[in-house]
Amino acid sequence: MTNAWTPDQPIVSIKDVHKSFGPVEVLKGVSFNVRKGEVVCIIGPSGSGKSTLLRCINALVPIEKGSITVEGQEVHDAALDKLELRKKVGMVFQSYNLFPHKTALENVMMAPIHVLKRPREEVEAQARRLIKKVRLEGKEDAYPGELSGGQQQRVAIARSLAMNPDIMLFDEVTAALDPETVKEVLVTIRELAEEGMTCMLVTHEMGFAREVGDHIYFTDRGIIVEHGPPATFFSNASDPRTRAFLSQIL
Amino acid sequence: MTATRNHASVTSEGVAPARGESGYMAAAFTPRVLAGAFGLVAVVVLAGEAWAQLNSGAGQAGIMTTLWKWTPLILFGPKGEFGGFVLNIVVSFLAMAIGTISGLVLGLGLISKFGPVRSVAWAITQFFRNSPWLVLLFFVMLLTPFQIRILGLSIPLPAWLKATVGLALPIMANIAEIVRGAVNSIPTGQWESAESLAFSRLQTLWRIILPQCVKRMIPPWMNWYAILTMATPLISIVGVNDAMTLTQDALASEQRTDLLMPMYALLLLFFFVYCYPIARWTIRLERKYAVRI
Ligand SMILES: Nc1ncnc2c1ncn2[C@@H]1O[C@H](COP(=O)(O)OP(=O)(O)OP(=O)(O)O)[C@@H](O)[C@H]1O
Ligand SMILES: [Mg+2]
Repeated sequence: MTNAWTPDQPIVSIKDVHKSFGPVEVLKGVSFNVRKGEVVCIIGPSGSGKSTLLRCINALVPIEKGSITVEGQEVHDAALDKLELRKKVGMVFQSYNLFPHKTALENVMMAPIHVLKRPREEVEAQARRLIKKVRLEGKEDAYPGELSGGQQQRVAIARSLAMNPDIMLFDEVTAALDPETVKEVLVTIRELAEEGMTCMLVTHEMGFAREVGDHIYFTDRGIIVEHGPPATFFSNASDPRTRAFLSQIL
Repeated sequence: MTATRNHASVTSEGVAPARGESGYMAAAFTPRVLAGAFGLVAVVVLAGEAWAQLNSGAGQAGIMTTLWKWTPLILFGPKGEFGGFVLNIVVSFLAMAIGTISGLVLGLGLISKFGPVRSVAWAITQFFRNSPWLVLLFFVMLLTPFQIRILGLSIPLPAWLKATVGLALPIMANIAEIVRGAVNSIPTGQWESAESLAFSRLQTLWRIILPQCVKRMIPPWMNWYAILTMATPLISIVGVNDAMTLTQDALASEQRTDLLMPMYALLLLFFFVYCYPIARWTIRLERKYAVRI
C-alpha cells in the first residue's frame, strides 16, 4: 500500500474522520487533503477539535470511523506500525515539552540516536546545524530551564526536524509565548515552509496564516465549516460562524 | 547526574558550591545535636552509676567501664563471626538493594499497559505494604529451607540472609509505590512528545521518564532506608547475631539490673548516630527538589 503512493497524490488524506471522547463527539466527519509541500492552517474556536485532529494524524489518538492516510499508509488500522508513521510526521506542541534533564543539543540528538540508531557523530553534526538554523547558536549546552519560551519552542522544532520528517504538525506553537518571541518562532516556521516542508498548523496568528498558508480551514464543533486559499477566505468568508470568529480575532 | 547540576543553579541552596557528602555528614551533627545525644546517654549512665553505688555490690566494675568493655562485641560481633551492628548495616544495605531492584520492576508492573500484569503487581504491592514486618519475617524464615541444592551442590542459607529477604519484601512494595507515584507525576506532555518522536514505550520510560523521576524518588527512598535500618533489630527475634541480640547476650552474662538502661541507651546511640544524618540529608534533598521549575 505504501509503495503505491507517489508525490503527486495527497500526502495526507483525511476522509470522514469521527472521534469521540466518551459521550462527547469531538470530530464529526472531517475530510480534506494536503498536497506535498503545502502549508495548511487550521483555525477555529477553542474546543472545536483542532488539536485532536492533528493528534489523529500521527496516531497519538485513535479514530473510530473514517480514514486517514499518510503517504498512502492507512493510519486507522489496528496493524499500523505507529513508530514508522511517527518517523515521517513531526509534531510540535504548545507547551514545548522539551526533556528537562537534557541540554538543547541532547534534546535534538536523542531521537535520531535512539530511535533511528544513526551514528552519534553524524547526528551531532546535524543537530548543531539545526540549532544554528533555528538561530540558537551558542545555546547548545543550555538546559530547557535556562531558555526562554521562544528559545525552547525553537529547540522543539529542531528536535522534530532532526528526524527528517516529511510532514510537520504545529499545534498552537506560539500560543504560550509573549508577542515579542512569537515572531522568532514564526520566522523559523516560515523558512521551513519556504523550503518546501509540508506543514499543518493550528494557529491563532491570522496575519501569519494569511501570509504563509496555502489553504485555510475553519473548524467549529468538530466539522470544517469553511475553507479556501487565504486571499478568498479572509475577505469573502460566507458562513456567519466564520465571520463571527474572524471579527473577534482580527 | 547532569540534571542535578542544572537545578543547582536554580535552587537557593545550590548556588553555593555543593558541600561534599562527608562535609554534610559533619554538618548534620551540630554541637547542639551531639550534646543532646551524648547528654542523654550520660544522664542514663550516671543515674545507673548512682543506683549502683547505692546497691553496691563491692568489686563491681563501673558502668562506663562495662559499656566500654562490651562496645566492640556489640559493634562488630564475636571474634571471627559475622554479627553486631555491622551485621545490621550489611542487612540494611542488602535488603535495600534487593528491595529497590525488585521494587523498580514491581513499580513498572503497576504502570504496565497490560491489565493482568497491572493487577498482579497491584495485589503484590498491597499485600506487602499492609503486612506487619515481623510476621513477614517469620514467614520467610519458615518458608525457605536451611540450604538449597543446585546441581548437586548444597548451598547453606544463613539465617541473616533469609531475614534480609524478609525485610526486603515490604521495602520492595513501598519502592514500587514510589516509582508509580513518580512516573505519574511527570507531565503527560513528556510522554506525548516522546511518542511523537517515535520512541517506544520502553525507551520513553527508560530514557525520558525514569531519569526525571530519580530526583523525586531519592528523598522518599532514603526515608525508607532509615526506616529499614531502624527495623533491623527485628531480626534478633529470629535468631540472628545482630546488635540487639548481642546487647541482650551481654546483659545476660553481666546479670546486673543497673546495666539495663545504659546498655540499651548505648544501642540507641549507635542507631541514632547512623540514622540521624540520613534523616537530615533527606530533608535537605526534599527541600532542594521541591523548588524545581
Ligand atoms: N484526552 C481527552 N479526553 C477527553 N476529552 C478530550 C481529550 N482531549 C480533548 N478532549 C475534548 O475534546 C474537545 C476538543 O479538544 P481539542 O483540544 O481538540 O480542541 P482545540 O480545538 O484544540 O481547542 P484549543 O483551541 O483550546 O486548543 C474538548 O472539548 C476537549 O475537552
Ligand atoms: Mg488545541
